[in-house]
Amino acid sequence: MMLANSLYLNFAIPVIGACLIALLHQHRRAFELVFIGTAAVLLWNTLRLFDLGQAAYFTNISPFSLIDSIPLAFHLEPLGLLFSGIASSLFLVTTLYAIGYMNANNEKHLARFYFCFCIAIFAVMGIAFAANLLTLFIFYEILSFSTYPLVTHKGNEAARNGGRAYLGLLLSTSIGFFLIAILWVWGSTSELDFVRDGFLQEQMPKEALIVLYTLFAFGVGKAGLMPFHRWLPSAMVAPTPVSALLHAVAVVKAGVFCVLKITVYVFGIDLLSSSGASTLIIWVATATMLLASLVALTQDNLKARLAYSTVSQLSYIVLGAALATASSIAGASMHMATHAVGKITLFFCAGAIYTAAKKTKVSELDGLAKAMPITFIAYTIAALSIIGLPPMAGSWSKWFLLDGALQAEYFWVAIAFIISTLLNMAYLLPVVTRGFFAPAKDNISGIQEAPWMCLLPLSITAVSCFVLFFLLQELHLFLQPLFN
Amino acid sequence: MTHHLAILQVVLPLIAAPICSLINHSKACWLFATTVAWLVFAMSLSLFLEVQTGGSIRYEIGGWQPPWGIEYHIDALAAFVLLLVSAMAAITLSAFQRSIAIEIPKHKQGLFYTAFLLCLTGLLGIVATADAFNIFVFLEISSLSAYALIALGRDRRALTASFEYLIMGTIGATFILIGIGLLYMQTGTLNIADLQARIPEISHLHSVHAAFAFFTIGIFLKLALFPLHHWLPGAYAYAPSAVSTFLAATATKVALYLLYRVFYTVFGFEFSFEVLQLHYILMPLSILAIVISSLNAIFQQDVKKMLAYSSLGQIGYMTLGISLLSDVGLIASILHLFNHAFIKGALFMTMACFLFRTPSMRLDDLNGAGRTMPWVGMAFVLGGLGLIGIPLTSGFISKWFLVSAVIEQGHWWLVAIIVFSSLLALIYVWRVVEHLFFREPSAALVANKQPIGALLPFTWIVLLSTLYFGINSDFPVQAAKAAAKVLQ
Repeated sequence: MMLANSLYLNFAIPVIGACLIALLHQHRRAFELVFIGTAAVLLWNTLRLFDLGQAAYFTNISPFSLIDSIPLAFHLEPLGLLFSGIASSLFLVTTLYAIGYMNANNEKHLARFYFCFCIAIFAVMGIAFAANLLTLFIFYEILSFSTYPLVTHKGNEAARNGGRAYLGLLLSTSIGFFLIAILWVWGSTSELDFVRDGFLQEQMPKEALIVLYTLFAFGVGKAGLMPFHRWLPSAMVAPTPVSALLHAVAVVKAGVFCVLKITVYVFGIDLLSSSGASTLIIWVATATMLLASLVALTQDNLKARLAYSTVSQLSYIVLGAALATASSIAGASMHMATHAVGKITLFFCAGAIYTAAKKTKVSELDGLAKAMPITFIAYTIAALSIIGLPPMAGSWSKWFLLDGALQAEYFWVAIAFIISTLLNMAYLLPVVTRGFFAPAKDNISGIQEAPWMCLLPLSITAVSCFVLFFLLQELHLFLQPLFN
Repeated sequence: MTHHLAILQVVLPLIAAPICSLINHSKACWLFATTVAWLVFAMSLSLFLEVQTGGSIRYEIGGWQPPWGIEYHIDALAAFVLLLVSAMAAITLSAFQRSIAIEIPKHKQGLFYTAFLLCLTGLLGIVATADAFNIFVFLEISSLSAYALIALGRDRRALTASFEYLIMGTIGATFILIGIGLLYMQTGTLNIADLQARIPEISHLHSVHAAFAFFTIGIFLKLALFPLHHWLPGAYAYAPSAVSTFLAATATKVALYLLYRVFYTVFGFEFSFEVLQLHYILMPLSILAIVISSLNAIFQQDVKKMLAYSSLGQIGYMTLGISLLSDVGLIASILHLFNHAFIKGALFMTMACFLFRTPSMRLDDLNGAGRTMPWVGMAFVLGGLGLIGIPLTSGFISKWFLVSAVIEQGHWWLVAIIVFSSLLALIYVWRVVEHLFFREPSAALVANKQPIGALLPFTWIVLLSTLYFGINSDFPVQAAKAAAKVLQ
């Protein structure tokens, strides 16, 4: 009972927060406080779930049934807890940042913005704790729709076109592939519940498994596999806090989380590695990883560059899932956390630079580090983490992924990982070198750091990139229940 | 006592209709008709509950025993459709008082309510009766009153639309009458149960085959199944808002009921689908309806017309379910009949809300209307999601069953078509959403503060019910299963 109530509380908190924001929409200070409060309470409750949950993994909690015998059901398991932990802790940081950013840039319709933000987090919680494929799918769609108003927040032509690509791609992949894959599983096994070690054993021929896995991987458009990745750069028309939390953390991580969850709990690691059902996806993900990095190199707009970097990094996680070894799954799960912290810092920095200096292009950043030292130091730390250099958190997840590729005997994937790391350096570090070492082209004397509400969050996440490096042991232990 | 309700719920609006024309005062007529509609709803609700617990109800009119007397027969399917029709009638009448007062000339309002009640009588009668000739009579009552209702539209094109419907509808009804005549000639009976018992013996006769053909074309016309659909978009688009809402939610649904009745009950599954193999016609037509109508909907400038084309596509889904010849397919069809009625009803109601302040239903006139009327705009978005079949709306539930049925039969290419048409639905819905929210509203629209009144809360009630049935689908799914069982 205790567990069920705490779990429901994690859904209730963002919804109550959203309702309060809607009620208070005329009092800016009040709904800003509610927004932060919602995030704080959510984080507190999620941490409580970490304590409660570990004793009760895979216990289904179902409020009611949806269709016939398929219930709306939730459960706790390590991956979901990890994902909800990442999302709710970064949500708290982002609320601070969002308030600082939105006010500094005089954005309008704030209440609507925060309202949708809360609903999006509600959907993320649903995805994290979903206990069957249908529940997962439902919250996946809620996430798509609740973020649409955030992407199109500015309401102009560019926002409308960006929103079109965003919703169009996410919906067509989810209806066209994801839903069909779910119905296929339902039709051939009459089962949708996530089970430790998966439930598809021996029920389908190998060829069908390949098609099914491909349908799932492409169907989860949020995982950003090429050629269905275009929505992510399109979503960059959104205000930066949205790009930071949703399109570097919540939405894209929801995507790769779905892939991980389906890999582990529907197919099962053993079945996947013995049947080779994921071979095609390994190719696609490797190609996406490299191609997106190459595209990132050509982007001058900082947010667009980061967006393509995200596409590339997501493929690391999909690769980790598709390789289906204990190390690669552990590496993929850790990469969800380390990339989230790193990438949100980078986006925060991009937003801070825009807020303080109104600059959006990499080529305009020359010498700017002298005016904004904290922002650029934070950027450097996060960039190093994403590249995967010790002593930053990203180095561990890449280590495990590399190990996983070698274990699965995909040597060319291991080589691709290394090439991609070099590419990461090539597109992330120019910002650092330009900022610190290039002489300033324009007059930067008037430019100061962004307001403290922006600065504090990005400092926190940058420090976390460093701290997480030392928490590896705990994280690895926490993920152990996946493998035995 | 309760078994009298079977006839009472048809007779009550029939008697109320002429009284309405005698009252002939707009407000009083509205109050009277609305009360009648709610009473009818209460009756069909108690009939529904009765059928659920006690099995189907047979009522002999005047105590004359069938097959000589006329019999009314309320089984699980009929009770379900009666509930739907009466609920939509009650909701429409309650919600549209202001809208009707504005859209229809004052001296015609009394007659409007009269025609509306007659139309309701006809639709209920078709469903309740177990007599073939009676079906034709009620079909004509509902059709003739529908022609009159449509012709009351403000737009002068309503007259041609109504005339076209009259021509096509009359051909359809005549074909059905010829079918009934041929069967009567061969069997000497009009009672459906009696027909059902006698047809197998004479099913080799050409005249029975001819009757089947006449029924097929007649019902397809009434159902507006592609390619016999041309009368429907104009009729829905130019009719008064209240009429579009009511007809979109009920008229084609009752025609679909007739299709179930004739092909499953009268002729029987074996004769219709195994001997004459109706599904070889039904499936291609359904697919064409789904794809072509959805494509048509994308290119409409008038949103009501777009919704009408979308209805044609949705009818395609319902008939597609039948053509799969499986239990799940039939359940999907009945379920979609119910779910789509509410979704399309809600969408036409949002159009009526907009019409209070916008000059027409053209896309350009709706620019920015979602910003000036956020509640109506939101309602349209949610209804549109139901049309696409997004989870948590009832549209998703029926699509889930339909796609399950298709996969069960292994028709993967059909899955692709359903997905494709869902994406077409996304396009035509989102085109309107972008006009509603991403265009600047005209100055006249911003200045227009005309109150919408009761229509808005009722729109939301219908809409929330579709969301409720999307989250907790027990009621419609169980009812559809019970109804499908009757047909087997």
